[in-house]
Amino acid sequence: MTAISVTVNGRPHTAQVEPRRLLVDFLREDLGLVGTHIGCEHGVCGTCTVLLDGHSIRSCITLAVQADGAEISTVEGLADGAELHPLQDEFSEKQGLQCGYCTPGMLMRASEILAGNPDPSPAEVREAIASNLCRCTGYQFIVEAVLGAAERMRAAKETAS
Amino acid sequence: MAAGTRGGQHRECALGRSPLKPPPFDYAAPTTLDEAIGLLAEHAGAEARVLAGGQSLIPMMNFRLAKPGYLVDLRRVAGLAGIRREGDTLVIGAMTRMAEVERSPEVAVAAPLLTEAIGLVAHVPVRNSGTVGGSLAHADPAAELPAVALALDAELVAAGPGGTRTIPAGEFFTGPYGTALAPEEILTEVRLPVWPGGHAFTEFSRIHANFAVVAVAALVDADGDRIRRASVALAGVGPTPVRAHAAERALLGTSGDAEAIRGAAQLAVADLSPAGDLHASAETRLTLAQVYLRRGLELAVSRARNER
Repeated sequence: MTAISVTVNGRPHTAQVEPRRLLVDFLREDLGLVGTHIGCEHGVCGTCTVLLDGHSIRSCITLAVQADGAEISTVEGLADGAELHPLQDEFSEKQGLQCGYCTPGMLMRASEILAGNPDPSPAEVREAIASNLCRCTGYQFIVEAVLGAAERMRAAKETAS
Repeated sequence: MAAGTRGGQHRECALGRSPLKPPPFDYAAPTTLDEAIGLLAEHAGAEARVLAGGQSLIPMMNFRLAKPGYLVDLRRVAGLAGIRREGDTLVIGAMTRMAEVERSPEVAVAAPLLTEAIGLVAHVPVRNSGTVGGSLAHADPAAELPAVALALDAELVAAGPGGTRTIPAGEFFTGPYGTALAPEEILTEVRLPVWPGGHAFTEFSRIHANFAVVAVAALVDADGDRIRRASVALAGVGPTPVRAHAAERALLGTSGDAEAIRGAAQLAVADLSPAGDLHASAETRLTLAQVYLRRGLELAVSRARNER
């Protein structure tokens, strides 16, 4: 067993893990954060996407020990209490999900996209979310939701400043 | 059989037992290179392996295609990540994340071929973790970075129990997933000579960001209208990436016109005998190699002209 310390959605955790423990299993099984889904388990589908120190990663091909010392953000950390994140709101509003399996990964990837580019074009969003598969093929609404969230986040930022 | 195994695994999850994909291994995350080399040597019997970003190794372990008994994680080893220019050489530390290389203005100027190629390596979340050294040392025969290293005549620096040594890219790739690195050696950096002319990295893949079926790295330097230097490497057409020396020679002194490029593309595949697999037959690979080589050379030639 190896000792690790991670901060997940702002909360520090220390744990003893087997080195072969995948980060996604650590999040789901050990921390009970089952919002992050497991899909292909070899880094292709993107549903296990979480942010590690602000960058999107595939938690199914990352060992928990590799995240030692890191700050991790999962879908559970997006909402502010009962208030949904603009991305979550827009995914709901624009029907950016059907079965919902890809949604946690899509949301985390989208949050990284908007952090790097607050005003992306539809083409840029399409290109950027190519990393995440939606087998219901609801991409059109997902793109609209990301663009809608971008607009709301920009507006909120302007109001704040 | 496979379906039965999967079903069993799902029942296990339902019962609350932890699912564990990779086989068990021991693990260390040393802080110095010497320590890391020592651990590799000490645990050679357990088939110790280096863990860089893990974006190739961990999927293989999840499939149990790789079963290292010991992993030496390099993430804490100081001095292995970074990008710097040394005169006419761009030096990239082995643990530098691909995403960092992709965003680096210094790389875009000194080795635009690398910037272009990295944009084709999987997707952003994989490039956020995956490292340059990891991709080179993994030596997938269809991977982009080995072809870039080969085309640029890069030098790969390895540290081992006896000190460091420099391996030319042409001698580094020895077979599918095979390199000249000894089991207890660690790739520490890659040194890429700055290419003064035009470049292009082109590839065919079934789906955007999938593994390339065939990939081409093309470099051209022109003196006036005449090509004075060319370098071409192909991936996906054999057990290792290959240089197309005959094609390079054929281009010298030509204007890089359509006829010269067509001739070079034919020469490039003349001695190749790729194996066919479920992604593409041998014949398809040879045809694709010619098509993508032509496209790459056309782009490299036009960029070389615009350089002036």
